[in-house]
Amino acid sequence: MKRQELIVSALDHGTVIDHIPCDRLFDVIDLLHLRQMTSKVTIGFNLKSHKMGTKSIIKIADRFFTDAELNQLSVVTPNVSLSIIRDYEVVEKKQVCLPDELRGIIRCNNPNCITNNEPMATFFHVIDKEQGAVRCHYCNHEQDIHQAKLV
Amino acid sequence: MNRSLVTLADHSREKIEYLIRMAQEFEQHPNRLLLQGRVVATLFFEPSTRTRLSFETAANRLGARVIGFADPKVTSGTKGETLKDTILMVSNYVDIIVMRHYLEGAARYASEIAPVPIINAGDGANQHPSQTMLDLYTIYQTQGTLENLQIYLVGDLKYGRTVHSLLMAMRHFNPTFHFIAPDELAMPETYKTYCRQYNIRYEEHQDFDADVISGADILYMTRVQKERFSDLMEYERVKDRYLLKLDMLSHAKDTMRILHPLPRVNEIEYAIDDDPHAYYFQQARNGLFVRQALICDALGISLEQVKNDKTIIL
Ligand SMILES: [Zn+2]
Repeated sequence: MKRQELIVSALDHGTVIDHIPCDRLFDVIDLLHLRQMTSKVTIGFNLKSHKMGTKSIIKIADRFFTDAELNQLSVVTPNVSLSIIRDYEVVEKKQVCLPDELRGIIRCNNPNCITNNEPMATFFHVIDKEQGAVRCHYCNHEQDIHQAKLV
Repeated sequence: MNRSLVTLADHSREKIEYLIRMAQEFEQHPNRLLLQGRVVATLFFEPSTRTRLSFETAANRLGARVIGFADPKVTSGTKGETLKDTILMVSNYVDIIVMRHYLEGAARYASEIAPVPIINAGDGANQHPSQTMLDLYTIYQTQGTLENLQIYLVGDLKYGRTVHSLLMAMRHFNPTFHFIAPDELAMPETYKTYCRQYNIRYEEHQDFDADVISGADILYMTRVQKERFSDLMEYERVKDRYLLKLDMLSHAKDTMRILHPLPRVNEIEYAIDDDPHAYYFQQARNGLFVRQALICDALGISLEQVKNDKTIIL
């Protein structure tokens, strides 16, 4: 085992989210509601990475997320690596992919949109997964997911 | 089933033709008691006297009663009440809500939370389907068809919500569009992409003169508003270039008709009003029949029921 990996303790059971850009770490924490979690969560921040320079990693013990929960991450971190661990073994690796619909995740960038003026959940249709183009269900404005602000 | 009308964008060709046939029934006989005993709310969170009067007349001529407000200053919206609360409260009293709102997407949201149908009478810069429907009705009425027409859009093609909705609704009918606008108000790229996507032909013209418009079946004029220009010199330079003058109609087809969503400011010379090509006042009148059809359709009243209606007041 490489030293770098050992900085963050090994996980026997749970989910590992790796290759998180450091500036997006807290978005991932928010999207998966990790602050409310009672199981053990280990976070590595500003770790060295061959691919990325620096990266962050999160290990969540005894928690397995649904695809819908994980796919929300595509909004902020399209290239994270997900590993499902059981008995210290990686039993599954996953990629996140942009879902067809985004509910309550990002804000509409149109200030005159009803969603920015009424206590309600936002709702976007993904119209181009490659480009990351989304359209507001309410005001029809299109925006680039990479420019989107989280709710 | 939610029978609300939020946008025409999702309407099929068949549905548009169906609504035109229903509006034709109301043009024949606008005065009926078809909606006797029903209550229609007109909630105008943004003032629009023409649209409101048209909807209220449509409801009144069908025997419905109308409640509502014309000016948001007198309602609780200014006291901080949410749209949701207002809609749910009014839904307790009425059978249908006609709503105008200054925020985009307000009508979609209202249609999702209201137990009664919502008719969108304009939501910000987004949609105004009753205007589009009356434009389609008028084009059909003047040309006898919606198919294969040469439609010229003139003026503010950038912010002009009506021209965008018209362009999208016409996609079923193989039109050719012609765009005539100052650079600052040119048709946005999004709608040109839309045209290519749906195989709608379009041409852009620099000049606005008798030759250019000689091929037109429909000349759709819009208001060029001073507020839209960042450079007022530019406005002064172009404002008269998009004024339609009587002598420009010298080569026009006999069947060509001039439409305008009204109010006009100085886009159409007053001398044109008496020319047979002028059709904007009839167009506004069609708003009544079309809105009668839209209210009935949203209430679940079918074309068949309208045709067999025994409540006509002659
Ligand atoms: Zn929006």
